[in-house]
Amino acid sequence: MSENPTSLSEEDVRHVARLARLTLSDDEVGRFTEQLRGVLDLAADLEALNLDGIEPTAHPSELSNVLRTDEVVASLNQDAVFAAAPKIIDHRFSVPKIVGDAP
Amino acid sequence: MSALRTAQDVADGERSASEVVAESFRAIDQRDAEIHAFLTLQREQALGEAEALDVRITNGENVGPLAGVPIGIKDNMCQIGEVTSCASRILEGWRPPYDATVITKLKAAGAIAVGKTNMDEFAMGSSTENSAFGVTRNPHDPEKVPGGSSGGSAAAVAASMVPLSLGSDTGGSIRQPAALCGVVGVKPTYGLVSRYGLVAFASSLDQIGPFANNVEDAALLLEVIAGHDPKDSTSLNQPAPSLVAHLDHGVRGLRIGICSDLLQGASDDVATAVAQAAAVLQGAGAELSEISIPELGLGLSAYYLIAPAEASSNLARYDGVRYGLRVDGDDVTAMNTRSRTAGFGDEVKRRIMLGTYALSAGYYDAYYGQAQRARTLIIQAFAKAYGSVDLILGATTPTTAFGIGEKSGDPLAMYQSDICTIPTNLAGHPALSVPFGKGVDQMPIGVQLLGPTLSEQRLFQAARVIEQGAPA
Amino acid sequence: MSTLPNGWEMVVGLEVHTELKTQTKLFCGCANAFGSEPNTNICPVCLGLPGSLPVLNEKAVEFAIRIGTALNCVIQGSSFHRKNYFYPDQPKDYQISQYDIPINGIGFLDLPDGTKVGIERAHLEEDTGKTTHVGGSGRIHGSDESLVDYNRAGVPLVEIVSAPDIRSAEQARGYAAELRAILIASGASDGRMEEGSMRVDANVSVRKGSDAPFGTRCEIKNLNSLRSLQRAVDFEALRQIDLLEAGESITQETRHWDEDAGRTQTMRSKEEANDYRYFPEPDLVPINPTQAFIDEIARSLPAMPAQRRVELIAQLGGDPTQAQRDQLMAAVELNVDSFITGAIHAGVTPAIALARTANELAALGDEIFSLPLDDYVALLKLEDAGALSATQSKAVLADLVAAGGGDPAALAKQRGFEKLDDGSLDGILDEIIAANPDEWRRYCEGDDKLTGFFTGKVMAATKGQADGKAVNAALRTRKG
Repeated sequence: MSENPTSLSEEDVRHVARLARLTLSDDEVGRFTEQLRGVLDLAADLEALNLDGIEPTAHPSELSNVLRTDEVVASLNQDAVFAAAPKIIDHRFSVPKIVGDAP
Repeated sequence: MSALRTAQDVADGERSASEVVAESFRAIDQRDAEIHAFLTLQREQALGEAEALDVRITNGENVGPLAGVPIGIKDNMCQIGEVTSCASRILEGWRPPYDATVITKLKAAGAIAVGKTNMDEFAMGSSTENSAFGVTRNPHDPEKVPGGSSGGSAAAVAASMVPLSLGSDTGGSIRQPAALCGVVGVKPTYGLVSRYGLVAFASSLDQIGPFANNVEDAALLLEVIAGHDPKDSTSLNQPAPSLVAHLDHGVRGLRIGICSDLLQGASDDVATAVAQAAAVLQGAGAELSEISIPELGLGLSAYYLIAPAEASSNLARYDGVRYGLRVDGDDVTAMNTRSRTAGFGDEVKRRIMLGTYALSAGYYDAYYGQAQRARTLIIQAFAKAYGSVDLILGATTPTTAFGIGEKSGDPLAMYQSDICTIPTNLAGHPALSVPFGKGVDQMPIGVQLLGPTLSEQRLFQAARVIEQGAPA
Repeated sequence: MSTLPNGWEMVVGLEVHTELKTQTKLFCGCANAFGSEPNTNICPVCLGLPGSLPVLNEKAVEFAIRIGTALNCVIQGSSFHRKNYFYPDQPKDYQISQYDIPINGIGFLDLPDGTKVGIERAHLEEDTGKTTHVGGSGRIHGSDESLVDYNRAGVPLVEIVSAPDIRSAEQARGYAAELRAILIASGASDGRMEEGSMRVDANVSVRKGSDAPFGTRCEIKNLNSLRSLQRAVDFEALRQIDLLEAGESITQETRHWDEDAGRTQTMRSKEEANDYRYFPEPDLVPINPTQAFIDEIARSLPAMPAQRRVELIAQLGGDPTQAQRDQLMAAVELNVDSFITGAIHAGVTPAIALARTANELAALGDEIFSLPLDDYVALLKLEDAGALSATQSKAVLADLVAAGGGDPAALAKQRGFEKLDDGSLDGILDEIIAANPDEWRRYCEGDDKLTGFFTGKVMAATKGQADGKAVNAALRTRKG
């Protein structure tokens, strides 16, 4: 990827699309690169700020320790589990062969 | 057609729920071919529920505060057995095996869901043009957008097809379409309404809220759907607020700040409407002041990093394995990729890629991390402002409804229409939009009231005053 | 201890995943059960259905803190992150895990050999589903289709990451064995490697001498037993040394242990492996355990293996033999030492209590934990008093465990076990000697290995009722 965060390249867009499991045509790469650059340029005002020492906020909630008791609740019935499944074999979800191990 | 009055009439036996629901479907049949507010209708189901309700009423049962009231549900809320597609090809025809908590609460309150409303795909958009199943038109001018992403819900209420509907608001997706369609729209405090069963867009920002034709109905609906839910870990441990009972307490002595930063870029007619609404509040005894919160200007850029970042993760599950669209491939990666490429529209792809980039190695700090710090600044700035005012008044949107197709080719221009609504979501605060007159184009204008966490009661009181003082 | 050639030293750190023994999964109320029919313990959360939300299991938090306390960790306020990568066994295509602030921070584990191994962290996370492969070769690569069962998806795990303080394959094995004993003792986990409830990955590198900087490391996966762990670490260190001595370099990578071939092999890694895009999980709120809760857990933890070994040695009295030390280690490792302690307290000879428990009882599986201590003690007392031979005692023990307890004397009688008098032993010996003259001659000439031969014949003839000690004595007497 490029060194300068503001100069998103077409290669960056292709890389990100692969990470996100999307295929883009060459036309789309050009168009998306331009559009995403536009949004990242908006973010330039953030980059310019000196926010050292400001704690990041990931969430507006101030809750903590939200827990449930360890008690079994009824699971879904089998029809509901598989109702929307594209392909089932032997009560399992079937997918085409897996190339590569889990990272 | 007031929801509150309808519910009372039904409960008192003045009208039957069946009649009310049938009337709603007649209105839908009459207008929705043009407007396209609904993606799916639940005609048989709704009429069956209405009949059952009528039997219970005849038996003298208490059937709840929304007895027989028809309601539209945004298509991103799960309802057992009813298609919930988020207006996306990737979930086309998907029927959830469970009810969202809001649906459970609506059923318990006697409300009757009549159908699922159109929206921007996965709630990403500000015009409802990003629906995979066609645009929704603004009932005030079919050449204009209804706003978004909850455009279907706003239009259904504005066109009197239903008195109430539910939307979700991540960066303004209830308030902006409410303003553009001339109805009341409320984004509650984060955690006040359960998100269980709401298909996630950006989990730290999403909140379900009501649309209604008037402030009282919106208050009634919020009372029904609010309250603690153990199925949502971010649900506040709070009872539902009492709103309707306090609606007419007025604004005497309430300190309201008119925020210049929520008027930047506003057209003259919108700015004038806000000034007139302020005058109405002042006339009712509120203490007005002009305030400035320049940090709110950081909202748009922070939002367009944070929301896509969360969305890129929330939408990873649409991979063709367990449910939803599958386009086969030679191996699982090819299958995932083909399914997602075929299933998502351009705006969703744009945000997924933006969010993936903002979180990726080497860029996290510059983008996502910096956006999180800007979020802190906005929260601190709001806290400071709420030290001297009780509520804030501003525009909901910079302009009235724009034309269909006018901004759809320019994502950045589209994003700008959320500029006044986004800061509230970043802070987790409540805000609402109330109709206030019309613009030079005769399209509705909405003014926005903002308050700190759990200030719903005051917000509704002030909204009621504005509503009563609004131009006819 | 195996030594590496030419002054090379290995540096090993272990990552151990252990499933927690909760009733339900980490973030939903589905049963946490091994061996159910596929896709039966499933709800919207387990399938990653749109709109579903996680809610944290309080018992999993308690168990995680128990483990952290047992490993001397700093228990701290923590939160969850999402680890993003696509894989079909992950219903949401991200894993909810802990990242920058784990529930258990730095700690340590003392090995029986005296080595202190640092613990870097022990954090909570959710397990994935299970994938099986059909068609093709049956292994992941080359399969035509893969099938996914999400029963395991969402089962609570604690991942325990050691510091790179381990310096030999034996030590790696020792660490894993001791950790397993600690996990079992803490009550949080059953530590079954065969069932996958405890999984070990090893990070291995080598360096020339103990002052050299760390070398490039490889992560070894698929270590399904302590034996695999030890073999794989040894293999991997030697592989790296061979490469380096040949002037080549090590590529940092993940490698798969092939138990049959006895070697590690490179795994095809994915682009995502370097870019998990961790960010704070917005559907969950932080965990901030109170000091009172942490203290209560510390108070309620039973004695850990190291302490139990010390106590056992004291109870045995005197200086235990090497064989007894091994028995003692095994007994604690397998969590059966409370039987020894109980028996010694009840007056059983310590050596018998130790041997019978570590050798025989521990081999009888999990059912032994429902055997009443009193029944076990009663059996050992019969043996101690000479009323049952060792062989008989072992047979009755199996019956006793199978029955879940009972009166050992009655069970012995059912088997027809009654002590033989010396007269009948003499008669049997006469017959055996007459039938095996050559063996008897060699035995009398000093071939002691034939003791076992004659003892075995006597046992066979008496159906195990003879007392082994008495047989040995009779043989020695006759030899003169």
